[in-house]
Amino acid sequence: MDAIILQILNGLDKGSAYALIALGLTLIFGTLGVVNFAHGALFMIGAFVAVTLQRIFGLSYEEVDPDKTDFLGNPLVVDKPYVEKWFGADFGAWLIDWSVPLAIIAAIPVMLIVGFVMERGLIKHFYKRPHADQILVTFGLAIVLQELIKYFFGANPIQTGAPDAFAGSMDFGVLLGFDPNVIIYPYWRLVYFLFAALVIGGVFAFLQFTTFGMVVRAGMADRETVGLLGINIDKRFTLMFGLAAAVAGVAGVMYTPILAPNYHMGMDFLVLSFVVVVVGGMGSLPGAVAAGFLLGILQSFASMNEIKSLIPGIDQVIIYLVAILILLTRPRGLLGRAGVMED
Amino acid sequence: MSKSNFTRRGLLKTGAVSGAGLALPTIFTSAASAFTNEPTGGTVTLGFNVPQTGPYADEGLDELRAQELAVEHLNGMGDGGMLNTFSSQALEGNGILGKKVQFVTGDTQTKSDAARASAKSMIEKDGVTMINGGSSSGVAIAVQGLCQEAGIIFMAGLTHSNDTTGKDRKANGFRHFFNGYMSGAALGPVLKNAYGTDRRAYHLTADYTWGWTQQESIQASTEAIGWETVNNVLTPVGAGDFSSYITPVLNSGADVLILNHYGGDMVNSLTQAVQFGLRDAQANGKDFEIVVPLYSELMAAGAGENIKGVYGSMNWNWQLSDAGTQAFVKSFGEKYGRPPSNSAHTCYVQTLLYADAVTRAGSFNPCAVAEALEGFEFDGLGNGPTLYRAEDHQCFKDVLVMKGAENPTTEYDTLEIVEQTPVEQVMYEPNHPMFGGDEASLGECNDGA
Repeated sequence: MDAIILQILNGLDKGSAYALIALGLTLIFGTLGVVNFAHGALFMIGAFVAVTLQRIFGLSYEEVDPDKTDFLGNPLVVDKPYVEKWFGADFGAWLIDWSVPLAIIAAIPVMLIVGFVMERGLIKHFYKRPHADQILVTFGLAIVLQELIKYFFGANPIQTGAPDAFAGSMDFGVLLGFDPNVIIYPYWRLVYFLFAALVIGGVFAFLQFTTFGMVVRAGMADRETVGLLGINIDKRFTLMFGLAAAVAGVAGVMYTPILAPNYHMGMDFLVLSFVVVVVGGMGSLPGAVAAGFLLGILQSFASMNEIKSLIPGIDQVIIYLVAILILLTRPRGLLGRAGVMED
Repeated sequence: MSKSNFTRRGLLKTGAVSGAGLALPTIFTSAASAFTNEPTGGTVTLGFNVPQTGPYADEGLDELRAQELAVEHLNGMGDGGMLNTFSSQALEGNGILGKKVQFVTGDTQTKSDAARASAKSMIEKDGVTMINGGSSSGVAIAVQGLCQEAGIIFMAGLTHSNDTTGKDRKANGFRHFFNGYMSGAALGPVLKNAYGTDRRAYHLTADYTWGWTQQESIQASTEAIGWETVNNVLTPVGAGDFSSYITPVLNSGADVLILNHYGGDMVNSLTQAVQFGLRDAQANGKDFEIVVPLYSELMAAGAGENIKGVYGSMNWNWQLSDAGTQAFVKSFGEKYGRPPSNSAHTCYVQTLLYADAVTRAGSFNPCAVAEALEGFEFDGLGNGPTLYRAEDHQCFKDVLVMKGAENPTTEYDTLEIVEQTPVEQVMYEPNHPMFGGDEASLGECNDGA
């Protein structure tokens, strides 16, 4: 039982990331009709916003420590962060420690701009082109973006830790009546799940309870009619692209303490996220979220030793097997609606 | 009646010219291809095949730095580095056999097919006489096979699988780097002293040749000191999130987690194991421990604080105090502003060893070079007295047991040397079962003629 609860918990944080990326993908597909293969790169750029902020806070001046030597035997040059000099040792250290949560504040405008530039500069030219063209151009863009990140940040994963306040793990099992140390769950993964729930809830509320959201939903259902009513739907859809980019970006920021960012992390998530969108139903926002969590949890279960010993390698293929099964029984996905990608 | 133009004299002349014409290319060919890519002008070209893109690109870059430095030293530029401490004094800083050394580079991308394609291009287009470098055993085994077929020498870079000089050994391939068996043999006694004999180990293992052979080696060495192996779970390379593999460890009855992971996988699995509280946990009445059998400085820096106190092993480290190491670190450090990694070291040393073997053999013929390397004993290249064993083309030398430093001062000293395990402790027979047994064979040397 404890193993099952553990794998559900593991699946929740993985599923949170899938759901957040798939949500953005679905928003873009539902509004603009574009299959955006660069969406994983937006998740990766968000993660590197956190890395960048950590590096900005870590900008240092050099001080020579006469008591120590470097690898060539010269006096050791020690880096001292400017923030500790400018704002005092305590506040400076706090800024560095909290760089990941603080990066959300930086990531939202950065990702909105990245999304806007991407949509206006490239993707809008492909609205009327076949999906194959869209996939090719956005996939190419993803490769360009990841190579740019590699050029500036290198190929190795970069540790970007959570604040000390969230280091360590909680004994989840004790809350459920198990013995101590049976079900351990890191605090930051719990934070990530709650954060994902908040963002998903926020996006749904925005679409459901604001006039802007109502127009967007109407545009998703019937773009032409909304246009005939004199509403500039294109402008709103561009903003939705920016919003989708921001969702992917903040998802990337918060994921950095779970997975040390590297330049190809977006590509690792992209394929799975597309499967999530297809399983959830193209164009369905609730479907994307539900499928994200469902596939995340199933993937965790498939990694259990008991399951792997029965079917070796199942952890590698479970998501695709489930996708095949669902598409065979429900060709439009779990919550897909008629008419999407069927013309 | 028709009249023929053929005369006896004409036929003989035509026959002689045709015969000479037919024979001519054969004469040229045999002269030109005494062996593959015989250098003819005043230069010789070496091929450095390293990951320049992909997850190990930073490691590949460090290998390239070292290879470029080796070429400088061979051509008599710079301070000479390890040429000053190398026990063989055959090299004089005037290139190789008087030919100036040039190099070309290829990108392995840490993919076997890409690595073979770039090696093939360097052999066929650039005419390289030797290929060196790489950061993966899968790649090393693939490129070694290609070099064997093409008839040139392969001086492996960072490859730690037993198979490289085990069941997949080749007559044209040579490895200076240590292997999984040696890591196990070195780590076993240290782990016994640190954690005792009553331990239960749980392995997470990268699912490819390197992971399999390292796991087998570490399991054998830990069971030899009395440890029990609870489980071995194979994990996909590049899994990213290892949480679903780590959580079962908590309730498995194990009190040691052994991570047979390298590179980004090691950084992620170690970090996540720490996040899930394994370092602070208690199991079977003991502190829970983590072991990372193969370390790399670049990856250790990536793992940050999580690596503190964690045992592992290395082929070489810049903190050693012997003259060879000091000469190399000085040379490399002054040129690049950083100490070299152990993958950089092995590539530098392999380049010098190749050049030295050519010089002692007096020929670039790969079979003559192989003969010069087989059974070669040398010193002064950072690992102490070393033997290039003839039977399997594996170098035998001391192995370093490392530990994550408690108080590193820079990103370069995140690891500290615990012990320099003597070579006698890590020796094994060429027909050891983990290395292909009696069936493993180098085969015949191929010079491509």
